[in-house]
Amino acid sequence: MARVVLVTGVSRHLGSRMARILSHDPAIDRVVGVDVIPPRSDIGSAEFVRADIRNPIIGKVIAAAGVDTVVHMGVISTPVQAGGRVSMKEINVIGTMQLLAACQKSEGVQRLVVKSTSSVYGAGPKDPAMFTEDTEPKSQPRSGWAKDSVEVEAYVRGFARRRPDVTVTTLRFANFIGPKVDTPMAAYFGLPVVPTVLGHDARLQFVHEDDGLEATRVAVHSDQQGTFNISGDGVLMLSQALRLAGKTVLPVPTPMVGLVGGWFRRAGLADFSPEQIKFLTYGRGLDTTRMKEVLGFQPTYSTRDAFEEFVQERGLDHQLPKHQAEAIERGLAHALGTSTLSEARLAARLREEAHGRA
Amino acid sequence: MPDATVIPIGGEDGARKAASRAARQAGATGPKPKKRVVPVEPQPQPEPVDNEQHDVDGAPGRLDATLAEWLDFMRRRVTGEYEVDDFGFDAELTDRVIMAPLRPLAQNWFRIETRGIENVPSEGGALVVANHSGTVALDAIMTQVVLHDHHPAKRNLRMLGANLVFQSPFVGELARKSGHTLACNPDAERLLSSGEIVAVFPEGFKGIGKPYSERYKLQRFGRGGFVATALRTRTPIIPVSIVGAEEIYPVLGNAKTLARLFGLPYFPLTPTFPWLGPLGLVPLPSKWIIEFGEPIRTDHYPDGAADDPMLVFNITDQVRETIQQTLYRLLVQRRSVFR
Repeated sequence: MARVVLVTGVSRHLGSRMARILSHDPAIDRVVGVDVIPPRSDIGSAEFVRADIRNPIIGKVIAAAGVDTVVHMGVISTPVQAGGRVSMKEINVIGTMQLLAACQKSEGVQRLVVKSTSSVYGAGPKDPAMFTEDTEPKSQPRSGWAKDSVEVEAYVRGFARRRPDVTVTTLRFANFIGPKVDTPMAAYFGLPVVPTVLGHDARLQFVHEDDGLEATRVAVHSDQQGTFNISGDGVLMLSQALRLAGKTVLPVPTPMVGLVGGWFRRAGLADFSPEQIKFLTYGRGLDTTRMKEVLGFQPTYSTRDAFEEFVQERGLDHQLPKHQAEAIERGLAHALGTSTLSEARLAARLREEAHGRA
Repeated sequence: MPDATVIPIGGEDGARKAASRAARQAGATGPKPKKRVVPVEPQPQPEPVDNEQHDVDGAPGRLDATLAEWLDFMRRRVTGEYEVDDFGFDAELTDRVIMAPLRPLAQNWFRIETRGIENVPSEGGALVVANHSGTVALDAIMTQVVLHDHHPAKRNLRMLGANLVFQSPFVGELARKSGHTLACNPDAERLLSSGEIVAVFPEGFKGIGKPYSERYKLQRFGRGGFVATALRTRTPIIPVSIVGAEEIYPVLGNAKTLARLFGLPYFPLTPTFPWLGPLGLVPLPSKWIIEFGEPIRTDHYPDGAADDPMLVFNITDQVRETIQQTLYRLLVQRRSVFR
């Protein structure tokens, strides 16, 4: 079967990497990447077509190239990149509507893979600890990217109803993290002083960008349809992540959070949407059983591995590096006249190894 | 080889670590190379290390090891080198820090007598159902402490709490870190099927905030949701009766206007609170007995038993009656409120 894949949103990091990965895939004949601006990075042998998904012209692109698989990665999470909230909403919601309208008209389209986000679940004190794909969120997001994604998913469901012959897969990703990808969370951990909500500690989950792209590739080839949570295994507490990143923390009492968030926004440091503040207060966990058992995808990075790699790559680990903490521990131990446990462990391990060799 | 579980932090570090190991083997004591010893297990098991390090020298060795463990613990806290489960449960923090001030309270203040702890299985899931009293959920916390400290398998009690707990600052954070989660079916089933001991207090706020005159009278047991969950996950129900918690803060009245003002389900007025200010927060030193009853099996019912309301109500009543009767029996055995 000839496979022609259309990837939207290729001007940005994940979209362009996706186009490149698919173009190297031997099972795929042709990859067409569309966006309003040309991609900044290499998209491999994929062809770039300058087209706006908000415009009906996208239908002509689909028909001309004979597209059978559409990978929609054109939902933007950062208003700054999109040129403001209004234009971001237009790209996300109107763009998706136009794209789906074009897909519905097209005879050739057989598969649709949509990159969505776990922020459609919202975050609140009344939600269960882990969301499965069919958990009804108790507090639906009311603004920003999360609300856009809720609307995008609603249109995708509508499309799936009208075109039951098309295999539709929606991937709800945990927060993307990786050396290159720009997300609100990456910006948050890059702040010089990181504000947190006093008296709350959120559970975080991350998906490494390599895993996220691989999951999308698996979905492109899979016969399974429906919605899948995609995340690395395990959770990190926000406080723990900040310690791993060696960050200085500024706990802000709940009534002041909006105000402080406003300062950071006006200073252009980070964007604290009400949804993100809720997420940083209550956190969220994803049940990835369906991802593993139905989609058959196993992430290579756990939440913690993904975050630790992010910290290393971005050079965030500078406030109190691990070896320095260990030196302090040894110093204290020396002053108190005891040996540290880590040394005791190391000695035990060395003995064991020596024993094993002998 | 134990090294296989060391979390990789890039090739360079691996090389450094190998170098450090080589230096150690050679007995080098010069400028110390940077060591990166990532703890292998999330929970350090002090005993084996202790034995290896200090074969016969007894007390000083033990002190040394304890101190070393604490230093290691604190270093890992600062650098984030610890594990939490999917619910945010931080087992090590709970054991070392959160329970530390609660242990003297349990042993010396309430002098808790624990009975029937062998009814709690050493592995696998079980649903603990207990009576609830005492204005604040001290009875729940104390049950967690005695189960962890007295059970041979040091089992952790994972409680299901109201959403008021999880939306309150500090309280919510502490509750999550000590292993508790929201009282809802998905969370209860997830915990039980992963083999945890889950505790529910079906009386809820009705039980905990009831006036002193109604002490030891069990309130309505919710809607029996806990029974349905136990049936679905085929886990035994362990009825637990707690005597003593009713007397710690005897509720004489309820200031409804204040309760509404603070968004609380009740605002207790006790002989000491709020009249004595912070001093009124000191619980009365009543004598406690916590009895873990015989498990009620649920694995012999057919599939779909959870959807049979009659069966669910019957088991709910059975659990409630067991706890009520045990309470009466224990009350007779207790010599007085404070002894």
